[in-house]
Amino acid sequence: MRQDTRVKLEITGLTHSYGDVRTLDSLALAGEAHEVIGLVGPSGCGKSTLLELICGLQEPTGGTISVEGGSTSEERLRSCAFMPQRDLLLPWYSAIDNAALALRNRGMKRTEARAAAAELFSRFGLSGFERSRPSELSGGMRQRVAFLRTLIAGKPVLALDEPFASLDAITRAEMQAWLAAALRTDPRTAVLVTHDVEEALYLCDRVAVMSARPARIVAELSAPHPRAEDRDTAVTDPEFVAAREAALHALREGSR
Amino acid sequence: MRRWLLPAVLIALLLGLWQLACSLGVIADALDLESYLVPSPTEIAGSIWENRGLLAENAWVTLREILLGVAAAIVVGVGFAVLMHRWRVLRDAAYPLVVASQTIPIVVISPILVVWFGYGIAPKVVIVALICFFPITVNALDGLRSVDPEAVKMMRTLGASRWQQFRRVEAPAALPSLFTGVKIAVVVAPIGAVFAEWSGSSSGLGHLIQSDTAYYLVDRQFASVAVLSALALALIGLTALAERRVVTWR
Repeated sequence: MRQDTRVKLEITGLTHSYGDVRTLDSLALAGEAHEVIGLVGPSGCGKSTLLELICGLQEPTGGTISVEGGSTSEERLRSCAFMPQRDLLLPWYSAIDNAALALRNRGMKRTEARAAAAELFSRFGLSGFERSRPSELSGGMRQRVAFLRTLIAGKPVLALDEPFASLDAITRAEMQAWLAAALRTDPRTAVLVTHDVEEALYLCDRVAVMSARPARIVAELSAPHPRAEDRDTAVTDPEFVAAREAALHALREGSR
Repeated sequence: MRRWLLPAVLIALLLGLWQLACSLGVIADALDLESYLVPSPTEIAGSIWENRGLLAENAWVTLREILLGVAAAIVVGVGFAVLMHRWRVLRDAAYPLVVASQTIPIVVISPILVVWFGYGIAPKVVIVALICFFPITVNALDGLRSVDPEAVKMMRTLGASRWQQFRRVEAPAALPSLFTGVKIAVVVAPIGAVFAEWSGSSSGLGHLIQSDTAYYLVDRQFASVAVLSALALALIGLTALAERRVVTWR
């Protein structure tokens, strides 16, 4: 595993507009290698737009975004893997073929790609579901496959857009613990967008709170126990509760 | 079971009524015709059996026209839909023309095509293709446009080239819609083939129906119609079967 400590992600003076509507306003954010950064903010503040800008799916109106030293949209696209809010598994492929899409896009043969993905399936609790069609999987399972698909792409930066928003509360807590475990065994630099402060503080090392439109970062908080093995204990710890209150306070202030 | 049983019962009922009307001579009397001009279902069935060689020969001619025409329409229609999907300018420019192509009355244009292409199979294939082009192109294009743009974004971050995005996301997503287009096409294709044969030919079911008029062979005309209709039904059935084999995720 690469132990790279230089800055992986650097955003400075980022401004973005849709027509006359300014969505992002001189926003700055930086992330180090293997750091998981949470982005929380009021709905419609441009969190998803920010992710698409980071991934190189859009060009910002102003400012610079540099991912792994590259700042053109092609370079960013090459360095980031995007996990959308909806799993968007392709119904015509089996679970394993969905997970292996990035390998196939790289020109790997189907059998090799499957073999490479199969190893991760067993490591991440998906054994036995390799040949299942997405429609046969539960919501939690689908998100796991979607996350593996993002992971297998082997990109240095993961961009996760509210990955568990569509799940029920119990499944969501399970998936948070699962993702925490996955990131413990396979650390990556990641940007996680969520509207759930608790989710952000549990999964991320650092949480940036965004203001309402035009969005900027109004507070940055360090998480006390990022990706702790015992999720239930971690989220009820007084330090965690205090951080959550501070984040919620910043969120309220920024929404004004 | 119900899906097959109900229509079968209805068909049997209608054929029975027809048979009864013929044996009582109701239709022939009402139209003031000789009874041989109003054949009963059993007489038509008899005619199919007697003329089986002739019907098979001509059905094969018409079937070939249909198959080649539909195949040409699929190749050209899908190709055109892909180009229009890829280049927005082309879609804006050419879509009205695609719609206009459907307003051409086939009856009017087929004699012209016979003048241009002769009495062989060529004008028939062109006419069948023309009539099938519209449903195939429009449905293929609709299918391509129905693709979730988020899925395409996701594929881009997974390193997919433009071709891979098409091959793995857009093309499969468009398949169900394309099959709808092909099903419509195979239903209208026999109409095109018959019109084309009427404009000038020496064989085919359309030609047979037309030449039998001169000899008042109404029972054989009905026999030809039955075979033509069976041909169209078989083609839809085969298309639906192919769809079920290919589109396994629905």
